[in-house]
Amino acid sequence: MSETPTRLSVFKTYKLYVGGKFPRSESGRVYEVVDSKGKWLANAPLSSRKDARDAVVAARKAFGGWAGATAYNRGQILYRIAEMLEGRRDQFVREVGEAEGLSKSKAGAVVDAAIDRWVWYAGWTDKIAQVVGGANPVAGPFFNLSTPEPTGVVTVLAPQDSSFLGLVSVVAPVIATGNTAIVIASEKAPLPALSLGEVLATSDLPGGVVNVLSGRTAEIAAPLAAHQDVNAIDLTGADAELARELEIAAADNLKRVLRAKAVDFTADPGTERLTAFLETKTVWHPTGSLGASGSAY
Amino acid sequence: MAMEKKTAAFEYAPAPESRSVVDIAPSYGLFIDGEFTEAADGKVFKTVSPSTEEVLSEVARAGAEDVDRAVKAARKAFEKWSALPGSERAKYLFRIARIIQERSRELAVLETLDNGKPIKETRDADLPLVAAHFFYYAGWADKLDHAGFGANPRPLGVAGQVIPWNFPLLMLAWKIAPALATGNTVVLKPAETTPLSALFFADICRQAGLPKGVVNILTGYGDAGRALVEHPDVNKVAFTGSTAVGKAIARSVAGTDKKVTLELGGKGANIVFDDAPIDQAVEGIVTGIFFNQGQVCCAGSRLLVQESIQDELLDSLKRRLSTLRLGDPLDKNTDIGAINSAEQLARITALTETGEAEGAERWSAPCELPSAGYWFAPTLFTNVTQAHTIARDEIFGPVLSVLSFRTPDEAVAKANNSQYGLSAGIWTEKGSRILAVANKLRAGVVWANTFNKFDPTSPFGGYKESGFGREGGRHGLEGYLDV
Amino acid sequence: MPTNAPAAAFADATASDGALRRFLHGLPGIDPVGLEARAASLGTRSIKTSAKAYAIDLAISMIDLTTLEGADTPGKVRALAAKAVHPDPTDRTTPHTAAVCVYPDMVATAKEVLKGSDVKVASVATAFPAGRAALPVKLADVRDAIAAGADEIDMVIDRGAFLAGHYLKVYEEIAAVRAECGEQARLKVIFETGELSTYDNIRRASWLGMMGGADFIKTSTGKVAVNATPANTLVLLEAVRDFRAATGTQVGVKPAGGIRNTKEAIKFLVLVNETVGEDWLDNHWFRFGASSLLNDLLMQRQKLATGRYSGPDYVTVD
Repeated sequence: MSETPTRLSVFKTYKLYVGGKFPRSESGRVYEVVDSKGKWLANAPLSSRKDARDAVVAARKAFGGWAGATAYNRGQILYRIAEMLEGRRDQFVREVGEAEGLSKSKAGAVVDAAIDRWVWYAGWTDKIAQVVGGANPVAGPFFNLSTPEPTGVVTVLAPQDSSFLGLVSVVAPVIATGNTAIVIASEKAPLPALSLGEVLATSDLPGGVVNVLSGRTAEIAAPLAAHQDVNAIDLTGADAELARELEIAAADNLKRVLRAKAVDFTADPGTERLTAFLETKTVWHPTGSLGASGSAY
Repeated sequence: MAMEKKTAAFEYAPAPESRSVVDIAPSYGLFIDGEFTEAADGKVFKTVSPSTEEVLSEVARAGAEDVDRAVKAARKAFEKWSALPGSERAKYLFRIARIIQERSRELAVLETLDNGKPIKETRDADLPLVAAHFFYYAGWADKLDHAGFGANPRPLGVAGQVIPWNFPLLMLAWKIAPALATGNTVVLKPAETTPLSALFFADICRQAGLPKGVVNILTGYGDAGRALVEHPDVNKVAFTGSTAVGKAIARSVAGTDKKVTLELGGKGANIVFDDAPIDQAVEGIVTGIFFNQGQVCCAGSRLLVQESIQDELLDSLKRRLSTLRLGDPLDKNTDIGAINSAEQLARITALTETGEAEGAERWSAPCELPSAGYWFAPTLFTNVTQAHTIARDEIFGPVLSVLSFRTPDEAVAKANNSQYGLSAGIWTEKGSRILAVANKLRAGVVWANTFNKFDPTSPFGGYKESGFGREGGRHGLEGYLDV
Repeated sequence: MPTNAPAAAFADATASDGALRRFLHGLPGIDPVGLEARAASLGTRSIKTSAKAYAIDLAISMIDLTTLEGADTPGKVRALAAKAVHPDPTDRTTPHTAAVCVYPDMVATAKEVLKGSDVKVASVATAFPAGRAALPVKLADVRDAIAAGADEIDMVIDRGAFLAGHYLKVYEEIAAVRAECGEQARLKVIFETGELSTYDNIRRASWLGMMGGADFIKTSTGKVAVNATPANTLVLLEAVRDFRAATGTQVGVKPAGGIRNTKEAIKFLVLVNETVGEDWLDNHWFRFGASSLLNDLLMQRQKLATGRYSGPDYVTVD
């Protein structure tokens, strides 16, 4: 048997995902990403403040269309993301294994859970309004209806440790209800997040609904927390000191803030992350006279 | 100066949908415990295409013994199925939804062949709604704790489901999707005139890898339906069909623990006020009573029109009805297809004769009826009063009874003056009037400035003798949970 | 050519701004969801083989072949006019278009090429496309076009006046232009539906135009973001249908702008067929304001004749 000649593999250039496109960082800089044992894996873009601003523009531009899409359509697209991920399962098992130092079977379980999480939120898109909205029995001749609506552009600091399941668990609920997101990937393990961008781009998700940035979390988060065209921020990936700073900055335009706390991403996610980024709109409709006064309507 | 008038008018050439996308076998068995099998007594019956009377296939006719076998299979499957994590049940339902989307053209053609309704409707209404319904309830399967029925709501067990022939696959979806999402297993009997799409659905269950016995399909007649709902090991009965049968079921389950939902007849009032958006109201009246040849339980079969605009509205309506295209249901331009069966045609004919005999004035759209098959021209009756049979009895065909009213109160009173209470329509540009009238109508579904709109998230079901329980939406879960 | 003069029938309604507002706002409202659903459902009609061949020739014969650019030159207009007479030089059975539509200063040039043919010359006027000029200027614009030989005048209404509720001003302008056209030219009244924004407004403008004496009512200039759509054209068709029922006067309809291919054009013909019927199915009563549509119709016509798909190199680019 002859020796198979060693084939030189093709390295992947990891890029940001902004507005449905894959730009390099505007800074032109990258940083080294290593595995759990310190071995070099790849270079990741080091996002700048300008990249963050571009992401806000992209997310804002996508908001009207995404929030206005039917809940059914959003559900179909989130389910499509799960389908696309299933097809690239091997790639993600490898990337998550390397990023988090997990065995193949453990990494496989993490990826499966992440796929299932997309399915879970795909099902929520057209149900949340029935659970948190409803008719209010006001004392008067009015039909009064409360419905949830998405908050707008949400900055998400993805968890630092759970590079993929944690990431999906914080992004999916934000977009399920019609928000658009700017996601700051785990600083030390950004590669699964950057690869997720490639999946999102092929899942009928409109460009700009999810924007993925990699780099120094604190550096990217600061301008986003202060940005006047960002409506909310999820601080999951921030440490206590950073979280406090960002929450203060966020107060400038009264961003909705989901505070950082320890989360078991393998547990049933509940509805907390869905409702964190919803506004309630209540509309009063005069119903005309209901009394004995006759045909006043 | 005008261009010389063309001699030929703008006649649409035939545009038939291809039949070749669907492959109908010469015979089908019952689907029990994941396998197709003959009836215990070997009985079969034929299903015909109502537009041509051509025999499409021969299917097994289930008897009491088959019902027992199917219920046993469902009972056996229940233990594991109900114990699956909701997220896994969800995935089966998502698979089913996706396969239906993939095979929707095939299923649309099949449904049109077996039912007689136009391909335009099966393609643009039935099939998209079927897929959406499975998709919607798939998402509930792992969220039942959050649905407002308390923590960890439990399924009931085996659901015996009997569905009608007017929307065969859609009614199947309305029954099976919530049942499976909540962890029940099902035995479903489609109507004897439209058994085929349910059998194709059985094949979809196999493609989706659904565990054996979770879904069982029994084709057959009323006797099989009765045996099913009366079977002692059935925990839940869901029926869509006539009020008479619904009442018989209600009696038969008396004294048992069976949970029952019934979706029965209707005599929907479509109320048009003088400030209505007239052109859209005309479309809504047409959709309300001529969609699916009027064979719709929530049809707007009573037009209540404000007297001040009656003549104008009727002129517009007749002009519009004259443009309806009746004929080959597979033609993409057909608006009105065939009546589902000779029996149904006879019933429609008899009721319209009663209408004439009682003195109402009949008008039918000028259209040529094909020589083979079961057909009825779009028809309306004027000079109808509340005392006429055609104002009270459900005709379940393309026949509209026109009544007038003078004031909103009178409209509401007449609309509610019925044993039924399924649907109603309101046409006015005045918002407060919509809401006030909607408040007073005793009907489970009220459409304002639209009609016959359906969505998996929107609960559907009737007041009074139109039945009880709701299908669709969060509310639709309740009928399948022990809550 | 008879002048549409239903003015007398509406003497009361046009007595004052208030009366006119009460009349126009008394027209039945339009539910936009239902309207658009109806237009979309007619868009699903499947027009094949013989019906398609008929529709393509009919559509070609209904085109007002249009060039309305600042860069228009006599050469461009001559080429366009030549194309209007013989749209497909390889097939002389192809019908000619209904008209060419140009700016007033190009009317004489077009007229010269079209001499001896049945193709009309339509000219936009009244400070097209914005309509922002004083009435005497607008009337001079019309006079100029007619003097150069225009058979048809495509005027724009004053949308500013309409949206400000000055309906009488809009009405009087239309009537004045109608009078200026006299017996020589048919009058098309353009509403710029994209600027009127609501379907209720479009219905009101339709009646206003017809009451003012329009021979044709026309959706748009082609110069704004939203031009002819099936739904806004359906509103116009319902208006001419109801107007004839009320007055006995038939008025033509012209969707313009944004209709670029055969499939879309056929959808409009289906709308006409099923809303107002065959009385409107010729080019005296229905037109398409279009330019690129013609080549697509010609390619589809060639496809029906030969069974092969044609390509852009087999139709003329003018």
